[in-house]
Amino acid sequence: MTERKLLTERGFSFKRFFLQWEWLLVLIFLLIHIINSFLSPYYLNVGTFVRTPMTFLDKSFLVLPMTLVIILGNIDISVGSTVALSSVVMATAYNAGISMPVAMLICLATATFCGLFNGLILVRFKELPAMIVTLATLTLYRGIAYIILEDQASGNFPDWFSFLGWGSVLGIPFMLIIFIICAVAFGFLLHKTTFGRIVYGMGSNKKTCLYSGIRTDKILLWVSILTGLMAGFTALFLTSRMGSTRPNVAQNYELEVIAMVVLGGVSTAGGKGRIGGPILAIFIIGFLSYGLGLVNISAQILLIIIGTLLITSVMVLNMRISGKRKRSGFGSHEVGKNLTR
Amino acid sequence: MLNLRRNLLLRAERFRDFGLLVFIIVLSLVIQVRNPTFLTLSNINTLLVNASILSILAVGMMMVLIIRGIDLSIGSTIALSGMVSALTVSLYPTIHPVLSILEGVLVGAVVGTIIGLLVSKFNVLPIIATMGMMNIVRGLTFLVSGGKWISAYQMSVPFKKIATGSILGINTLIFIAVVIYIIFYYFINHTRTGRQIYAVGSNPEAAKVSGIPKTRIIWMVYIFMGALAGLAGVLWVSRFASAQGDTAVGYEMGVIAACVLGGISLAGGSGKISGLILGVILFGILNNALPLINVSPFWQQGIQGAVILAAIIINVLVKRSNERMALRHRVV
Amino acid sequence: MKKMVLYTLMLLLVAAILIPATLFAAGVQEGGKERHAFVFKNTGNPYGEKQMDGFRIGIEEQGYEAILRAPDLPTAEAQIQIVEQLISQNVKSITITGNDYDALEPVLKNARKAGIAVLSADSAVNPASRSTHINQADSEMIGRTLIQAAYDMVGGAGEIAILSATSQASNQNLWIEWMKKELTDPKYKDIKLVRVAYGDDLRDKSVAETEALLRSYPKLKCIIAPTTVGIAAAGKVITDKNLIGKVKITGLGLPSEMAEYIENGACPYMFLWNPIDVGYLAAYAATAVSSKKITGAVGDTFDANRLGTYKVVKASDGGTEVLLGPPFKFEPSNIAEWKTVY
Repeated sequence: MTERKLLTERGFSFKRFFLQWEWLLVLIFLLIHIINSFLSPYYLNVGTFVRTPMTFLDKSFLVLPMTLVIILGNIDISVGSTVALSSVVMATAYNAGISMPVAMLICLATATFCGLFNGLILVRFKELPAMIVTLATLTLYRGIAYIILEDQASGNFPDWFSFLGWGSVLGIPFMLIIFIICAVAFGFLLHKTTFGRIVYGMGSNKKTCLYSGIRTDKILLWVSILTGLMAGFTALFLTSRMGSTRPNVAQNYELEVIAMVVLGGVSTAGGKGRIGGPILAIFIIGFLSYGLGLVNISAQILLIIIGTLLITSVMVLNMRISGKRKRSGFGSHEVGKNLTR
Repeated sequence: MLNLRRNLLLRAERFRDFGLLVFIIVLSLVIQVRNPTFLTLSNINTLLVNASILSILAVGMMMVLIIRGIDLSIGSTIALSGMVSALTVSLYPTIHPVLSILEGVLVGAVVGTIIGLLVSKFNVLPIIATMGMMNIVRGLTFLVSGGKWISAYQMSVPFKKIATGSILGINTLIFIAVVIYIIFYYFINHTRTGRQIYAVGSNPEAAKVSGIPKTRIIWMVYIFMGALAGLAGVLWVSRFASAQGDTAVGYEMGVIAACVLGGISLAGGSGKISGLILGVILFGILNNALPLINVSPFWQQGIQGAVILAAIIINVLVKRSNERMALRHRVV
Repeated sequence: MKKMVLYTLMLLLVAAILIPATLFAAGVQEGGKERHAFVFKNTGNPYGEKQMDGFRIGIEEQGYEAILRAPDLPTAEAQIQIVEQLISQNVKSITITGNDYDALEPVLKNARKAGIAVLSADSAVNPASRSTHINQADSEMIGRTLIQAAYDMVGGAGEIAILSATSQASNQNLWIEWMKKELTDPKYKDIKLVRVAYGDDLRDKSVAETEALLRSYPKLKCIIAPTTVGIAAAGKVITDKNLIGKVKITGLGLPSEMAEYIENGACPYMFLWNPIDVGYLAAYAATAVSSKKITGAVGDTFDANRLGTYKVVKASDGGTEVLLGPPFKFEPSNIAEWKTVY
């Protein structure tokens, strides 16, 4: 009788460890740095490593909850509009006389409420796919921002407010510190709590979870709330970076964030992926754009490069997955996976 | 009397998108009250002309959505095919407009072929493949145009007449859109390949096992989408008599919205052309009517978002009550 | 346990590569020519390309190197990133066409702190962010001239409308403000401005807005569109709907885009300036400021080679600016010559 090893008892293998998507991302990360430093003499200095993260870290706060959303099997394209709306509300509140710290809280509250609204609709109208609900709220939230501020800019924030997006503590950018805290929190949430396990479960098979007595609605609502909250963080930092705000800020953020999450190895079919991947992807895309910008690559070439990077990385990921699956004899790979369930 | 009522209701249930139709009628009446020029023949004509390009794209997107895919690159494809055909016309003004159209369709089909290849053979998720191509094709458009625009004076009169001329009394754009709808209606509902698209969308595994050439069908659908986007590109450039590098940025979202409003399920496998037409009309109304009803332009986007949200929720509520009634009738 | 060890080893490996490399590269030499940068609103815009061409020629005439950048989408966030990259490259000056009047202030202030001269051109940034602004023509003059043109075209009385670009474009709003001020003059008592519509510089939206204007105001006699995309869109709509002569178009437009509509009469005449000259002037102003010859204060003068000498004047937003000259009138007699230039 042949012995069949259970998958869980496969034991630790170096090969398997290093073939993980996240390790490959680390390699790509190092490669980018090496290429960049050859491309431009201005790249390798301490200033770069301090300043560069600040240019892309504002939207990275969105990558953390978006990872959860996509693992869940959903999608949320309204995050950019949420950022715009909460930023506009904060600026309007401050300029109407409310103190800055309270205005910042209002910003977070508005963003969280936007996320909650998305969640409520998704929960009450389960027939509606997340894509279309968030498409509607994308238009709605930004529309409200336009109603509030019309064509004006609003700003004039106190000087200390710019510390959020521009300041450093002991040489480390403040944004990076907050981001690391959030990343660790999300990592813990996703990988070490029951909440996280349920998210994975729902992403793999929502119906089973439902029939197993898990409160899928509650989980969905919480993920939506977290998404809104993080959008609020993004709004705070983005507004601090610009010193002012308008209804048209943060356009196209949603696609960039989704690209980072998927580049990080999270499958949009749901149920797969780890938090480390998207975080590495953030830094990869960020440093790549920066390095290429240092040699003044034109915008059109940059578009082509990022598009190609996205496609080839996912192709490589797929080849690995089908390889792995073939070895362990799982079922065939479904083509043309749906966007949402 | 009761029988008559029951029969009417039965028929209403079968019309799945009844809620959407009612919504459109109510909305139109509201707009008409605020601006009586809305429901005039000439305004409806304008509305249809503006909606024709969107509707051509919607047919392609419907097929893509049915097979559980998505295509975010159509805006860029429109730009590229429009730019290429405009460049050709500016260099060879004697080219026949039909050839220009074919050229645009070809460019779009090539893009669609690449996407189809990535999705069907390399198992790249559609959202990623098309997001990547969106960037690549847009970059190509800027490169091809050399940073310049093609202006009206560089386009031949026949080329510009593609969009402004009329065939059999109706505007050419509307005519082309109607022809496309007829062709694809027949294709999807009455040919085997067309029905196979639905099969692949409903249950890809079962389709494969039943011998349906899944890979080929998926590839074909993306080629169609690309070709239609290419066609839309030429029509766009002719309509506005100008080709820019940043044409149609973000246009795909509107197309997807129109499709979903029309009841095409994003989970794949279902969607009818009748629903699609309604979705496109609603979208056309939103784009046409909002500037007409004299609201501040800053309210336009907010109203659009609210209307889309209302439309989809009402549609769901109507479907739910229909299903409840259907259940009751079956019991009876 | 083993995983923890491996992760730590990974991190040490990364650090081991990066830290010595950083220290090694810290003493980087900078040879080569002085570099001056120009940042436009977005790529693929022929108007912007011409401006950047003019800038490049002006910089290279002086023996320096020009860097030309533009983002693919006209957003302030993208321009902030570009400016950051330019700061890292230690350029001597940055001339920027702002996508947002205020949002670039923090990053441009950083540039100035790093010793880089910052100027704006075409679309201004706020005075705190710039040394001075290169203005293609006096905003007041543009506003008043356009209203006067409309007055002429409608024969002194009638309804007019304005088709603008985006609602946050600072130059647009300034011109519209001056147009409204000009209209308060008693001479225009029979002229009524019925609406300001926004086409967002999008071709299809501009067409839709024009059609809506025509529908909502059947007695409309003139549309002023101080935006290249808007005026061309309006021209197309008027031509298609056979309203040439009944509704007149004027504004600011590219001669290449408007050649068709000037020749067929939809637009009797319109205005613009030469973007090549704007870039060229900016090149000389930028080098003058960066070499500390001038500071950008009112009264400073500098030499701009083939364009002559220019003086810095007070700008209406509290800062200073340099005016290129009066706007140029494009009409049927000269359009054929200019349509191939830009």
